[in-house]
Amino acid sequence: MVRLDKNKKLNIEEILRDLKDYRPKRRGWTWRRPAPDLTMGAFTYHDASEPMKQGVPLITAHYFNDIDPQPLPVITTEIASGRFEDDIRRMRMAAWHGADHIMVIRTAGQSHYDGLIEGTPQGIGGVPVTRKQVRAQRKALDMIEEEVGRPINYHSYVSGVAGPEIAVMFAEEGVNGCHQDPQYNVIYRNVNMVRSFVDACESKRLIGWAKMVQIDGAHNANATARDAWKVMPELMVQHAINAIFSEKAGVPKELICLSTVPPTATPGPAMYYDLPYAVALREFFSDYRMRAQMNTKYIESSTRDATVTHVMNMLISKLTSADIQSTITPDEGRNVPWHIYNIEACDTAKQTLLGFDGLMEMVELKQDGPLREMSREIKERSVLFMEEILELGGYFDAVEAGMFVDSGCYPERNGDGISRQIEGGIGAGTVIKREKDYMAPVTGHYGYNNVAQYDAGCVDEPSGLIGGCTLQDPDKIIYIDELDEEDNVYTRMSDLGKYHDGTTLKPEMEWMADGIVQTTMFFPAEKRIAEAAALEVGRNMGLEDVEVISREILQAAEGTRVEIKGRYPKDIDVKSLVLPKEPHVLSEEEIRNLIEEKPMTVVCGTVGEDEHSVGLREVIDIKHGGIEKWGIKVHYLGTSVPVEKIVDAAIELDADCILASAIISHDDIHYKNIANIDRIAREKGVRDKLIFAAGGTQVTPEIAVQYGADAGFTRGHKGIHVATFLVEERQRRGR
Amino acid sequence: MKREDDFNTRRKHLKEMDDVQLKAYFWELAEKVVDPLLALGYENTTASIERSVLLRIGFSSLEVKPIVEGAIANNLLGHGAGNIVYRLSKDRDISIRDAGLALSRGELWEEACTLFKEVE
Repeated sequence: MVRLDKNKKLNIEEILRDLKDYRPKRRGWTWRRPAPDLTMGAFTYHDASEPMKQGVPLITAHYFNDIDPQPLPVITTEIASGRFEDDIRRMRMAAWHGADHIMVIRTAGQSHYDGLIEGTPQGIGGVPVTRKQVRAQRKALDMIEEEVGRPINYHSYVSGVAGPEIAVMFAEEGVNGCHQDPQYNVIYRNVNMVRSFVDACESKRLIGWAKMVQIDGAHNANATARDAWKVMPELMVQHAINAIFSEKAGVPKELICLSTVPPTATPGPAMYYDLPYAVALREFFSDYRMRAQMNTKYIESSTRDATVTHVMNMLISKLTSADIQSTITPDEGRNVPWHIYNIEACDTAKQTLLGFDGLMEMVELKQDGPLREMSREIKERSVLFMEEILELGGYFDAVEAGMFVDSGCYPERNGDGISRQIEGGIGAGTVIKREKDYMAPVTGHYGYNNVAQYDAGCVDEPSGLIGGCTLQDPDKIIYIDELDEEDNVYTRMSDLGKYHDGTTLKPEMEWMADGIVQTTMFFPAEKRIAEAAALEVGRNMGLEDVEVISREILQAAEGTRVEIKGRYPKDIDVKSLVLPKEPHVLSEEEIRNLIEEKPMTVVCGTVGEDEHSVGLREVIDIKHGGIEKWGIKVHYLGTSVPVEKIVDAAIELDADCILASAIISHDDIHYKNIANIDRIAREKGVRDKLIFAAGGTQVTPEIAVQYGADAGFTRGHKGIHVATFLVEERQRRGR
Repeated sequence: MKREDDFNTRRKHLKEMDDVQLKAYFWELAEKVVDPLLALGYENTTASIERSVLLRIGFSSLEVKPIVEGAIANNLLGHGAGNIVYRLSKDRDISIRDAGLALSRGELWEEACTLFKEVE
């Protein structure tokens, strides 16, 4: 297998090569391995899992020695842009940000496709899930998981009218998890009920054989019902039907996951409803696993709003339990998710769950009061729901009677449920009774199978009749590469070579070289005017196909926030780019020797009305690897130091250098202060004698120099960069 | 159907159950709901199930489709598509793959029908 180099792009062509002979490394689902009392940096963690070999830590990690602890739940991200080859790159980025469950959404319409789709056609709102696509992505993930040092679970859907065939293909190709819930087919895809359940038996037997995790489809009731918070009793029933049905069909309990969604959202008092439900569910389903999903019903175009909901949902996960934590991307309400939002969502999950680490050692849920009363009531309502299903004659009759997705809080009924007929739906009348001599010589087959008529010794392993099936001998799989000469990965990639090899760039949100950019702006105008103005800005910026993707009224008359997207049409030739030089540093020993030969004194402080101290202290303090470390003598004047004072102190102490930190940047005050120091030093006749450097998070080094500093430092610069500059500048001045 | 919330009257028989009893009752009912569904799966098959059997035997998705369609047309699917291929290969002493490919091309269906008539 190819070993990935973190500084080199994935080679998609390499991944597509020799797929015919590729075999997945392993089968089955992998949970994260707990790391009790894990110590990282200054901290001990209480609910962490084993760290990754490499990854991208949270944005604030540089304050904490760049540690990247990993929470306990598996973290899911859904990646399906329609072009699986572009999704592979996103999968690698997501894995580096902590995702170890990659879920591929299927293209619109696949659930009604009667058979397997082959090749690599482009999808809509998802990917046509085919053997080639699955094999290529699993192959890529096999490499990526080696790179990050943690198994990555790959997941898609076993539903629709070709469920058993997809389940076989997934078992063969080492897919690790899937959605499978016959109720989903019935209620949302109008697949015939009988067909759906008969097929599901076979699919589930295969899922169990391949040790895939199985996620149900009950969360869709939240997304569909008019008043989602009222369907809680039904959700319990739907979860139960799929859970016990799956278990009896052969999926091990520990692989059966409930896709559970907090039913409510703000501005409702969400926690007051969602927590009792979460408790009731986890008590009734204590033998099964929880996949905590977000409620997509309430996702609007604001990414901030969606992120807050996600975080609040994760508080429920923490207060109760989650084995798999889902991450709905915050842009779900406005487009098929973009790269950047998959990554944001993974980071949000990691950040939140780490922030809650150990919380339950300090907090517990009350055993009396509204929490207990409400959760008991939900349980009783769900029991009553189950009773009525049986009273009506069973599941099919209950569906016909429209019991499901009714927006009343059961036993209340609003009469707006989804009703399906036993004889109706796609695939009606296609269920055939097995004859006495029915036989299927394969592994992972459910139901009556008269193997004994041929060989009683093969009853426990029917595939023995044919010397093993594809599940024992993958060389028996007949691989199809492409069926469509036009609609395939090679034609899509053929025009994009210069982008894939990195010599030419375009901005990108989902597909290589799509050119999409997004911009946020504010107009002091009412909504309609602001939107029209925003489109005008986009067009004037040279963007094509400009669209408003989000708007928020700040005040009806005072103004509107607008986000637009558009297509940047031009190519950027990477060779033509002027890159700032990498900061040059001397070795610690060189600096130490130069200071020992000739001592150096520095006066420093944060100038102006500015109380920020952290950045400057990191540059000077010995314990942060600051300039004191190499013997430079530092006089720290503190924060909010008037500019005159820093110059006077330099004169008084006969210092060699001034280091001014300027963090507040409003109205360019940071640059104005830099200019003032330069001016005052000149007025006092000491400018030539002093080396003057300035820094801050919003300081651009070149601009600091324009305003009169000898050098500027910004984010990412450390003591060694400053010390290198100081000793070299002193040498340059011949002192 | 519309119905007012009659939870308080309906729940009377649940009131006295403790949480453990209520949970056990819930799962007892759930089993009763799914058992007939599992029985349907045990006794029946579908085109997709039979195609999935043929995939596992070692045919491509393109090859399996006409085999299952042929089995439906000849009223043989209830014997199992894999069974048809298996019995045909034994009877004619050809490989399983060759037997299936012949059926996939629309050949040997009469022979297949005969094989299953004999049993009946």
